[in-house]
Amino acid sequence: MTRLIDVENLTLQFDTDEGRITAVDNVSFDLEAGEVMGLVGESGSGKSVTAKSLMKLNASNAHYSDETKITLHLEDGEVKVMDLNGSKELKVIRGGAISMIFQEPMASFAPAITIGDQMVEQLMIHTDMNKKRAKEVSIEMLDRVGISDPATRFKQYAFELSGGMRQRAMIAMALSTKPKLLIADEPTTALDVTIQAQVIDLMKDLVKEFGMGIIFITHDLGVIAQTADKVAVMYLGRLIEQGPVREVIRNPSHPYTKGLIAALPSLDDLDVPLSPIPGDIPSPLERPSGCVFNTRCSANLGARCSTEVPQFTEVVEGHNVACHLYTEEAAK
Amino acid sequence: MSDDILIKARDLSVHFQISGGKVFGPKPVVKAVEGVNLDIAKGSFFGLVGESGSGKTTLGRACLKAAPITRGSVTYTDEEVNYELTSVDKEQLKDYRKRSQLIFQDPYAALSPRMTVRDIIAEPLEVMGLTSSREETDERVREIAAKCRLNLEHLRRFPHAFSGGQRQRISIARALVSKPHFVVADESVAALDVSIQADVLNLLKEIQQEMGLTFLFISHDLSVVAHVCDHVAVMYLGRLVETAPTRDLFAAPRHPYTKALLSAIPSLDPDDPKVAQKLEGEIPSPTNPPPGCKFQTRCPFATDICRKDEPKLEHSSTEHVVACHHWQDLMD
Repeated sequence: MTRLIDVENLTLQFDTDEGRITAVDNVSFDLEAGEVMGLVGESGSGKSVTAKSLMKLNASNAHYSDETKITLHLEDGEVKVMDLNGSKELKVIRGGAISMIFQEPMASFAPAITIGDQMVEQLMIHTDMNKKRAKEVSIEMLDRVGISDPATRFKQYAFELSGGMRQRAMIAMALSTKPKLLIADEPTTALDVTIQAQVIDLMKDLVKEFGMGIIFITHDLGVIAQTADKVAVMYLGRLIEQGPVREVIRNPSHPYTKGLIAALPSLDDLDVPLSPIPGDIPSPLERPSGCVFNTRCSANLGARCSTEVPQFTEVVEGHNVACHLYTEEAAK
Repeated sequence: MSDDILIKARDLSVHFQISGGKVFGPKPVVKAVEGVNLDIAKGSFFGLVGESGSGKTTLGRACLKAAPITRGSVTYTDEEVNYELTSVDKEQLKDYRKRSQLIFQDPYAALSPRMTVRDIIAEPLEVMGLTSSREETDERVREIAAKCRLNLEHLRRFPHAFSGGQRQRISIARALVSKPHFVVADESVAALDVSIQADVLNLLKEIQQEMGLTFLFISHDLSVVAHVCDHVAVMYLGRLVETAPTRDLFAAPRHPYTKALLSAIPSLDPDDPKVAQKLEGEIPSPTNPPPGCKFQTRCPFATDICRKDEPKLEHSSTEHVVACHHWQDLMD
């Protein structure tokens, strides 16, 4: 496998009326081509913002720290995302090397332009196809994602399609430029389970066929277990656990990951009471010092957790966790 | 239990006229709910599941007389009153509004941003004239707030200061302050994170047992329903296709649609060998439902009879009811 992207020390702050808030704090990860990484966390944990940073797609009040390094390894050389400025330079990655699928397909298509015109437009921006060829490719892609009668759908508007169909069209559009990296931001959350299963299968097939890397953002650990190769768990802007999907789901190490898994209603045993993680995710304006999870953590070690930021410790090869429970053990 | 039915629906149908069709021809009709028989026992936690467009919300609202009932009847019976919802007069309807309540899906849209939490919770009491003095109102508000784990400090604030889970607890408090007997919870946890979802579900369960409430719990998430409900009904395109006690339904689903729904839930085990019985296609449009069994267009077992005749509900055991021509052939 070849390395696709390296993200190092991504730190991102937003200027708001209430002050500067930290949305992403020192996040590092990497992704190989053909690999699917699940990015999990509650709402407000910074997963979408992290993914959008890879394309510098955040609002203008965003400030990236100087240490932030995002390197994209393409066939014709490396691209340092942080050095790109202005929409002209960013065009290389936005919609070109990196595509994104959003959660709500109805809100991501322009309502007054046909699906087809939107697909053709982006192909003409990012490739040197002429209009006729772009139309052929678009219809081919619509067919590829399992939309029946693609030539008719090509001429329709987003509102004429059902939810599952719209999400398929979104995927077709995102993949038609043959991106190297696909960011899927909660692509199945708004869909029914039966349609979700179809979309997940489709995405698995497409990874095999196109060999791209996928960052799959979701709060549903079941979806992650079925799609991802590795998982990164985020809480309040920090990565707290990272590793291969089997490892993390079978042997979750961070108390937060354990809590997330315990809170899931399981169908195997209906008698197990649901155990929520106590409390709510704190506001980003009141980020706890030390370990960000210490205010809700059942395994809180006291002073150490509330003052010192835990570093990553490797529990098993490739499985890293940022928690003092494990740094303690490592010290002994 | 069987003679202790709180809500009894017989041949309940809700049709909506929609615009479109020929200029002088009849207006097309959407049969959102068609010929539903439903018994909700007193003190039960009754689950209603189905994909979007299956008519579950409309059925829930018809039980509250918040949707027009086209045909059939809904009877509400508690210790004091007995209402036939199709023929209640104004006074009786007013009284029924006190006895039945609705909890909405989106806690961000359901609360007025201009009212304090105290005013939001007190409003039903004031509107219905249930309390005679401000002291009494405050007393009732404080009592229900404590039950929903909101403290006095919370009551003075506005909804924007709260997280999703807390807002949902406020909506629950508002729904329960008039001491209803029957509560419809429409996708009440769908917008929440898993950790918060578990918390709200536990709260609903606790309050139900404490206040002896009857819940109609509408959800598209089968694993949630499995955990909180004691009885489940599955809807497809306006019809009930299967009803059973929860354990029965999950251990031995009879209808192919229920089976497909269950197998579409993504498993937490990445190596789950489960051959998911994937459904092709999507739920047909309710303006143009297929003839015969409504599920025949997606059913892998459909035969000629399914395309001609609509199956009747049959008892597969005393409490387990299924509407499928082939349920006996499909037993494993």
